[in-house]
Amino acid sequence: MSISAFVLFWAAIFTSNILLTNFLGMCSYLSVSREVESSFGLGVAVIFVLTVTAGLNWVAHHYILVPLNIVYLEYIVFIIVIAAFVQLLELIIERYVPALYYTLGIFLPLITVNCAIFGVSLFLVIRNYNFLQSIAFGAGSGIGWLLAILMLAGIRAKLKEKLVPVGLQGAGISLIITGIMALGFVGFSGIVSVQ
Amino acid sequence: MALRIIYDILALTGVCAAFAVLLVIAQKFLSNYGEMKININGKRDLTVKGGNSLLSSLGDQQIFIPSACGGRGSCGACKCKVTEGGGPLLPTEKPLLSKAELADGIRLSCQVKVKSDISIVIPESIFNIRKYKARVAEIIDYTYDTKGITFELLEPSKIDFKAGQYVQIETKPYAKMKQKVVRAYSISSKPEDEKTLQLIIRLVPEGICTTWVHNYLQLGEEVNLTGPYGDFYLRDTNADVIFVAGGSGKAPIKSMLEHLEVVGTDRKMTYFFGARTTKDLYLTEYMQHFEKALPDFTYVPVLSHATPEENWQGKTGFVMPFFKDAIRDPKNTEAYLCGSPGMIAAVTKSLVEHGLAADKIYYDSFG
Repeated sequence: MSISAFVLFWAAIFTSNILLTNFLGMCSYLSVSREVESSFGLGVAVIFVLTVTAGLNWVAHHYILVPLNIVYLEYIVFIIVIAAFVQLLELIIERYVPALYYTLGIFLPLITVNCAIFGVSLFLVIRNYNFLQSIAFGAGSGIGWLLAILMLAGIRAKLKEKLVPVGLQGAGISLIITGIMALGFVGFSGIVSVQ
Repeated sequence: MALRIIYDILALTGVCAAFAVLLVIAQKFLSNYGEMKININGKRDLTVKGGNSLLSSLGDQQIFIPSACGGRGSCGACKCKVTEGGGPLLPTEKPLLSKAELADGIRLSCQVKVKSDISIVIPESIFNIRKYKARVAEIIDYTYDTKGITFELLEPSKIDFKAGQYVQIETKPYAKMKQKVVRAYSISSKPEDEKTLQLIIRLVPEGICTTWVHNYLQLGEEVNLTGPYGDFYLRDTNADVIFVAGGSGKAPIKSMLEHLEVVGTDRKMTYFFGARTTKDLYLTEYMQHFEKALPDFTYVPVLSHATPEENWQGKTGFVMPFFKDAIRDPKNTEAYLCGSPGMIAAVTKSLVEHGLAADKIYYDSFG
């Protein structure tokens, strides 16, 4: 793949936003977007975990799965890498940065099961990225995810004072808003394509 | 092919094991907080290993805060006031605490971790809660579905409780039931018998614990109990008393009456025992003996579904219509109710209509 890591980083944020174009990472996106503050906390945690696990899983793919000839087990291995890393991260934060643990750490277990994380790891293998590209793609996807959840949280905060039809309240209206946001982001897609 | 499968399994196992080892090592170094102090009520200092939840740290020190869900943060029973060192409130606690509790510094002890020296305030009565090893000493059939089980306390060998309080019993796995469960039952024996405990247990269809007690528990078997818990106990006043309890709800009332027989009283007391048919009556003669042993006590069994063949001479219907005759001065009357939430709601409503103060109506609900 000839695309530069720098372009890939920006593309991952805007033109192929992992949440708005692939609809990955939906569960926590919908459930934690009630307040801007906690959305931001979760978003930052996602950026960090995504960036690091993208790198780790690239290494796992090229230095464990390929040499051992067990590429078909990558789903399992990737999940183990993500889970173990999140666990370790939680331990470290809890120990050394308690303040951060209380704002960010509680979201870490949620992130283990965030499909955006797993999705990025799979994409970087399918699209044959090199290490630098993988890191850039991971970081960009994380920032894109943060952007999307922040926007939704902001809109939902405004929605609290608005009259929403009963049948659409909660997840319903959130998904409609997400759809409209996705349309907006698809508008960027002419700029660069990473598919 | 087979070799390939084995090779792949080994490779995957190796990867998993490597991560597991890494995590175990990390946990050993990172979760080791050293020793922390828990200060209780400004009096006692406990030294515990840091990093665990407050609930389990206290449990290790033989201080048992009530907890129904076992520390999963779902029941909200393990509330405790933390005055210092509890760290910020966690999102897992918020939904289970009221505004007043939040303002008062109440926390869920299963969620708060002991990571620094911590100061807490808990009711003195909690110090009295112990874990007991006990042996089944006697099983009596009271009715076709109700048994009285007497336990002899082994370790520790004595219990100090107030008549009306309850203990929790831990079941053992039986038949297809692989899990242990913990259930609460009122103590039916008097506090003066400090070496034994009696529980009255009615068989609930499909009930995990009651089925175990009725069909599997053997004489001489050893079980684990914790207690005593609860604030349903006889208040030491001179007010008249109305007891209302049906079925196994008789247990705490029996304990109170036996206690009063020992210590003596001249309070006017009436016990309404609601049952369906004569088959559900038990300990009737024993209850009538209190009418002689206590100066002003009346036992009033009331049957709701007595058939003509039973030739029942006593009162019928619901218990509520008979309250009027038992109440001398509603402002100087206390009520003690034990039974299902529905019965307690109905009886409380009726007693308030009769003029009793709602805060003088004490109850133990079988929730």
